[in-house]
Amino acid sequence: MEEPRQKKMAVIASKGTLDMAYPPFILATTAAALGWEVQIFFTFYGLQLLRKSLKKIKISPLANPAMPMPVPMPVLLASMPGMQSMATTMMKQKIKKHGVASLEDLRTMCLEADIKMIACQMTIDLFEFKQSEFIEGIDYGGAAMFLEFAGEADVTLFI
Amino acid sequence: MTTMNHDKELDARGLSCPLPILKTKKALSDLASGQVLKVVATDPGSIKDMQAFANQTGNPLVSQAEQGKEYVFFLRKK
Repeated sequence: MEEPRQKKMAVIASKGTLDMAYPPFILATTAAALGWEVQIFFTFYGLQLLRKSLKKIKISPLANPAMPMPVPMPVLLASMPGMQSMATTMMKQKIKKHGVASLEDLRTMCLEADIKMIACQMTIDLFEFKQSEFIEGIDYGGAAMFLEFAGEADVTLFI
Repeated sequence: MTTMNHDKELDARGLSCPLPILKTKKALSDLASGQVLKVVATDPGSIKDMQAFANQTGNPLVSQAEQGKEYVFFLRKK
């Protein structure tokens, strides 16, 4: 029997919050485990997911009415200093307790699985970042580079 | 069936999606064709995920069973 053609998935990661960081990494590592070829294009706030340290990736209870809270929290209270750090700490504890992988681990698995991770050069220039602020083993490119792969992909996601 | 001759066992207890699948993939890569991997997981989502993994990678899911709150899978490496 002929080997089926290798499937491809192209992902755009455009968000830099803790909750929105998970879907690209989870889907990418899983697709790679299924034998798919995967590329993730990190643009705008998604670029933060390629920084050497992911410690600044946080979750905000503000403008996030669906976030489960131990006690109902008025919006004004959620905007107080320290609430974002508190929500992030609580979420990370939950993640650990339920055996969900850390972002760092998932990202390392992406590198190990040869998932091509592309940092958007335009965003780097726009925010005046330096390539030295990002992890090793990634590529730098633009929209045309992403579309070349996405044009052949079976699954394309904007996250 | 929760017992079967196997060549390697993977303890995926306490791990959530996608870790049981990622670790299964890794464990299978250490086996030779025809060898059997046993996976024990506690994530209820792993039932459907393991079937999807087996279907897509062509490594047959020889058996799967529930034992209390644990899920036991046997995969044969293609």
